[in-house]
Amino acid sequence: MDSLPGDHGRGGEAAAVSTRTKTPRARPAARAPYPFAAIVAQEEMLRALLVAAVDGSIGGVLVLGDRGTGKSTAVRALAALLPPMKAVEGCRFGCDPSDVAALCDACRGKARLRAIEVPVPVVDLPLGATEDRVAGALDIERALADGVKAFEPGLLARAHRGFLYIDEVNLLEDHLVDLLLDVAASGENLVEREGISIRHPARFVLVGSGNPEEGELRPQLLDRFGLCVEVRTPTDLPTRIEVIRRRDSYERDHAAFCAAWEKEQAKLRRRILAARAALPAIEVPDAALERAAQLCMALGTDGLRGELTLIRAARAHAALEGLSSVGDAELRAVASPALRHRLRRNPLDETSSSTRVDRAVGELFGP
Amino acid sequence: MSQAGDGRAPPRAAPDPAVAADQRAAAFLLAVDPVGLGGAVLRAGPGPERDGWLALLRAALPLGGAWRRMPASVPDSRLLGGLDLTATLAAGRPVAERGVLAEADGGVLLLAMAERAAPGMAARIAAVMDAHEVALERDGIARRLPARFGLVALDEGIEDEGVAQPLCDRLAFHIVPLPPGAPDALPDMVAARARLNAVQVPDEVTEALCGAAVALGIASLRAPMLAQRAAIAAAALAGRDTVAPEDAALAARLVLAPRATRLPEAPPAEEPPPPEQGEARDAPKGEATDAPLEDRVLDAARAVLPEGLLAGLGAGLRDAARRSSPDGRAGSRHATPLRGRPAGTRQGEWRAGARLALVETLRAAAPWQPIRRRGRTGGPRLLVKREDIRLRRFEAPQETTAIFVVDASGSAAMHRLSEAKGAVELLLADCYVRRDKVALIGFRGRGADVLLPPTASLVRAKRSLAGLPGGGGTPLAAGLDTARGMAEACRRAGRTPLLVLLTDGRANVARDGTGGRAQAEADALDAAKPLRIAGVPALLVDTAPRPQAFARDLAAAMGARYLPLPMADAARLSGAVRDAAA
Repeated sequence: MDSLPGDHGRGGEAAAVSTRTKTPRARPAARAPYPFAAIVAQEEMLRALLVAAVDGSIGGVLVLGDRGTGKSTAVRALAALLPPMKAVEGCRFGCDPSDVAALCDACRGKARLRAIEVPVPVVDLPLGATEDRVAGALDIERALADGVKAFEPGLLARAHRGFLYIDEVNLLEDHLVDLLLDVAASGENLVEREGISIRHPARFVLVGSGNPEEGELRPQLLDRFGLCVEVRTPTDLPTRIEVIRRRDSYERDHAAFCAAWEKEQAKLRRRILAARAALPAIEVPDAALERAAQLCMALGTDGLRGELTLIRAARAHAALEGLSSVGDAELRAVASPALRHRLRRNPLDETSSSTRVDRAVGELFGP
Repeated sequence: MSQAGDGRAPPRAAPDPAVAADQRAAAFLLAVDPVGLGGAVLRAGPGPERDGWLALLRAALPLGGAWRRMPASVPDSRLLGGLDLTATLAAGRPVAERGVLAEADGGVLLLAMAERAAPGMAARIAAVMDAHEVALERDGIARRLPARFGLVALDEGIEDEGVAQPLCDRLAFHIVPLPPGAPDALPDMVAARARLNAVQVPDEVTEALCGAAVALGIASLRAPMLAQRAAIAAAALAGRDTVAPEDAALAARLVLAPRATRLPEAPPAEEPPPPEQGEARDAPKGEATDAPLEDRVLDAARAVLPEGLLAGLGAGLRDAARRSSPDGRAGSRHATPLRGRPAGTRQGEWRAGARLALVETLRAAAPWQPIRRRGRTGGPRLLVKREDIRLRRFEAPQETTAIFVVDASGSAAMHRLSEAKGAVELLLADCYVRRDKVALIGFRGRGADVLLPPTASLVRAKRSLAGLPGGGGTPLAAGLDTARGMAEACRRAGRTPLLVLLTDGRANVARDGTGGRAQAEADALDAAKPLRIAGVPALLVDTAPRPQAFARDLAAAMGARYLPLPMADAARLSGAVRDAAA
């Protein structure tokens, strides 16, 4: 049992802890992630992630697919792509100064809120994380040192207003899934443990990835994801060669590769910002609403969430494409990811959900 | 040298010197670029072959690097790290403990009994290998710890047991070590490492490796990526600044060939049959140079494809049942009563056998420290009292594995099989919450086949159940034997097996494969008894038009519930199984 260098000196540990508490959003320097703009093929996955980045209310993205298709690469790349956001200075939950209704208790008590620019958090929830780090718990350090009952925010607090990413989401322990389900639905994290009773806002876009061959996802969790995309390994040779080539040059020199792609990244970033600004003005004509309802009825999806997600995703997609209203083409583009995981399962039906959605879309919109 | 899929490589008459040389080369390549290549799967039991390869690797690695060995069952607290109990108590403040993955940083990690690593553990290791760091979010500690290492998975699996796919996919070399040959002189590793980043890859090498991967039916893009890294390392070792065709050929033999899932299309007629490995190795001169690089790379891989590749691909499943021979090899490690889903903590006394919930205990003690310390001087900095002790609670494992044993003989076979298949899929469709698994064994003709090993994946079940054979005699005893093996394997994995036997009870093939009703029935009763003794919960569904006396006897012999269900359909069947499992 050896401990980390720097743990033995009290100063070292205290310093490490205090940086963490004061700027919970600071990410330790790691190698620059693979640029989002440099990802080859996988259009459906990239579109879904961009749509979720434009409209966070869509409710997250689930990426299912084969091994080695760049699922986690794409999600991690999103972090570097997102434009910074405004947050209340000194707030450990990263409250939005412009959204007074959603402030945390501490911010609500302040007379004046100073805004600073912070990167949008993309928080990894690693397998093997313990519940106290996910939900937040009593700060042992301060309890041991000062006898103070202080709350130490967990990953859910850090992910507020950003993204929470779970790789291999189908292998996540059940008790953590339960916790996530509740928080993702209410947008609020309630901690009741060790004599601490605290609630704080925790609204995040849930992004999960996994390989269905390693186990199925709980239906309740499946339902929390707004969009569900399926990724396949590209089969055509030129695409495969391009993937290998770019990956290799990235592995050799991260910095140079990222610099070479910075222009494209900036372009994409501007596109996201423009789409966000345009989003409220995007028109959804009655015809499109009717189309969406027809499609959901034809597929027999449960509840209204499918329709709502379909419309929202189509609107965000239209905004990304620089259009002013939603038409058939936009509905078509997002129909599969918005609906394929909401179909009522018939285990004896061999056709995949994607095929069923495609078929219904084809019947309704014409070939 | 290596093998594909899950089939076991056939024993070879004599070790092929070319293959042995390739294996030595793999050790050197890995020592040049352990992080880039991920590592290796060594499929062999302990012995001079495995030790020889490991010794070679270790000799080639830089001095002083980590060389850690890790069992496949380490808990998260040791794998990833967490709170260090001793140091925390001594210091009176939280002290982090590094896990094995972080300790292996800069070196090589050996994963012993890798085939026993649970999917969750494989996924944790894979995530760390991808990120090159441990994301520690445990016990109130949040850290990023560097973890750049090469992983050598020691796979002692027999038959279709193997290392979890997410790991296999990330490890460049899959090797069945041969007896170590004459030791090569150690190449200049320092120079090779220095050159590594400067080695150029001609476009046609990338194209050739990608093309070969497609031709060999390798879906994952990590394979050509790793092959390219291997080719680069080979060039660096040879002192080249550009990857040469022979580097690409070596990479194809070592990285691509073991992953092949199909034989590439036959080479053009004018070429001789698959060239000798020796030729492919040192053929920079002569005719082969005229061939396009892609063909040469593919030929190199084809030359070392394991014999009987295609036969082996299908055979894995069928052999699955035999892996559970009751030799207790995998056994008692899982016998701890303290397993299952963690269900929080409780206050209690810390007796032998109970698992202390360390962090919860410290948390319980923490708020009282200033009060307890009051009026004391010296002594320990942390005062933990008995009432602070928190113990871990576990929910008893409730996951069941429903093992369908289906009589696939005779005319009713197709019907029974399709109903069983429907029931399997219905059960899987609504068993996520309980994390149940389902397996399917069919018996017909002279023996029993595992048609679907225990799985919770509907996707996999559908794939495996797509085409089911039927017809022939009724080897009931063989079916029961196979089922018992699987039930025991389930128990060892901490699951509760539930046998569901679908038969019309007309046994007519004895254990030795000969016909004859009397002997077959005696054998079946004989095979049924151990099931009752082992206490395996079972359900016998009699599918005969009229209930059979023998089926009833058999149910009694195996301690099963007897359920005459002449028109067993998928829905009723899955309902009955649910009732039995509840």
